[in-house]
Amino acid sequence: MSIVKLSMRLVTSALLRAAPAALALGAVVLAWEAYALFSGISPTTLPAPSRVVTQAWEHRLALLDNMLPTLAATTIGFVYSLLAAFAFSVLVDFIPPIRRGLFPVLIVSQTLPLVAIAPLVVLWFGFGLGPKIGLVALVAFFPMLVALVQGYAATDRDIEALLASMGAGRLRVFLLARLPSSLPYFFAGIRISITYAVVGAIFAEYAGAAKGLGIYILNAKNNFRPDLVLAAVLVSSALTLMLFGIVVLVQRLVMPWDRLERRSP
Amino acid sequence: MTGYRLQLRNLRKRFGDLDVLGDISLTVRRGEFVSLLGPSGAGKSTLFKILTGATEADAGTIHFDGQPLATRPSPFAFMPQHDALMPWRRVLDNTTLGLEVQGLARAAARKRVQPLFAEFGLAGFEKHYPAQLSGGMRQRAALLRTVVQQREMLLFDEPFGALDALTRASMQRWLQAMWQQHSWTALLITHDVREAVFLSDRIYVLRGRPARMLTEIAVPLPRPRIDLTSPEASAIEARLLDTLLNQSPD
Repeated sequence: MSIVKLSMRLVTSALLRAAPAALALGAVVLAWEAYALFSGISPTTLPAPSRVVTQAWEHRLALLDNMLPTLAATTIGFVYSLLAAFAFSVLVDFIPPIRRGLFPVLIVSQTLPLVAIAPLVVLWFGFGLGPKIGLVALVAFFPMLVALVQGYAATDRDIEALLASMGAGRLRVFLLARLPSSLPYFFAGIRISITYAVVGAIFAEYAGAAKGLGIYILNAKNNFRPDLVLAAVLVSSALTLMLFGIVVLVQRLVMPWDRLERRSP
Repeated sequence: MTGYRLQLRNLRKRFGDLDVLGDISLTVRRGEFVSLLGPSGAGKSTLFKILTGATEADAGTIHFDGQPLATRPSPFAFMPQHDALMPWRRVLDNTTLGLEVQGLARAAARKRVQPLFAEFGLAGFEKHYPAQLSGGMRQRAALLRTVVQQREMLLFDEPFGALDALTRASMQRWLQAMWQQHSWTALLITHDVREAVFLSDRIYVLRGRPARMLTEIAVPLPRPRIDLTSPEASAIEARLLDTLLNQSPD
């Protein structure tokens, strides 16, 4: 099956499943529109959804211009994070004492509030792309590492015993059994991480950047333009959904057996 | 030389406070189908773990073809309790697993396995994933994966335990036919009395915790065995059940 066809099918089935949610969302938007229209509230306090959309369209070039650095920071940071998570997971799997040494440090790294570190990182490393990539990598790292380690541990004992009886060594068992077993967990971790990554990038930009959705939101807020804040939110949501969709698509392609497993008892 | 393929003498194994194998001695001759019959949790699987090298015995000796087991490459191909097929590998690539671990290239391994698919009732399913197979087909794929390793002896750990009664019966008949045709040497672990009688030349009866040999029973029934309705078969079955049920409940 071609990728195009598969994506079309995925989108169609997703739309069908999303119908109730879309209806609920539509109702909220309608109510919001009505309230903004009839309550006499100022558009600088609560802009109507229609205004958000028209303003988003009017400022589409500026939004696109600011979306691209966010996309870059998100994807590059995410890829680094994924590579690091995989490397650490292998290390932890082969040398268990590392786990005891490393995990407490990593857990502490997850307790650092992004609101506090982001400005510091900008202060130390400047306004460039580098520090943003670093922050994205930091927030996206942990869910993927935990998922991988848990996935290795979930390997079927029978399969491991079987491989051992065939004479397979530790590395062989890892490559033939533990790594493929971890894939469903890994993808679950990736789904969480990719959404964290977008939020992380926007936060990093919020703390200081030349361009990006984060700084765009900050400027729009300071200029009393909540409509443009919401327009940027719309763009960032679309970005997250798109990245999430790509992950789902990749998972389908990498793990064609996964759906069969879940369909059969 | 003892003339035995496999000879275990006075095997013992403890896990901490738990005495798992009491004093196990058994022999298997070339081309013989031997069963170890005992209640669940009687340490039968531990015995297989010792044979496949997953754990070591505390005491006792294991000889294969007269040599100590540790001094030679493993002669065993092992079929675990659940089929242990890898869900992410297609059936063909599951059956080549042992050959790949032995160092054979994937293409060469496939070439060796493919002609056997028809005999194992799996023709046309090479490219399927295990999740698309029935329980019986999964077991046949697991058996194919076991025998293509071309080891000297097969170890079966309750291979049909997870199947429904009808599938199990047909798999037992099929295994018997395959065994007669290929003259494998096999050791089967089971808690199913009928299965042991149907398939075996000899049966060792174990009692559990710690596992000890209660008795050894020969099954001189003619093959192929279609069912177990003959008086001789019933007598053997009754004797086995009697031995199993009347062991001292300590």
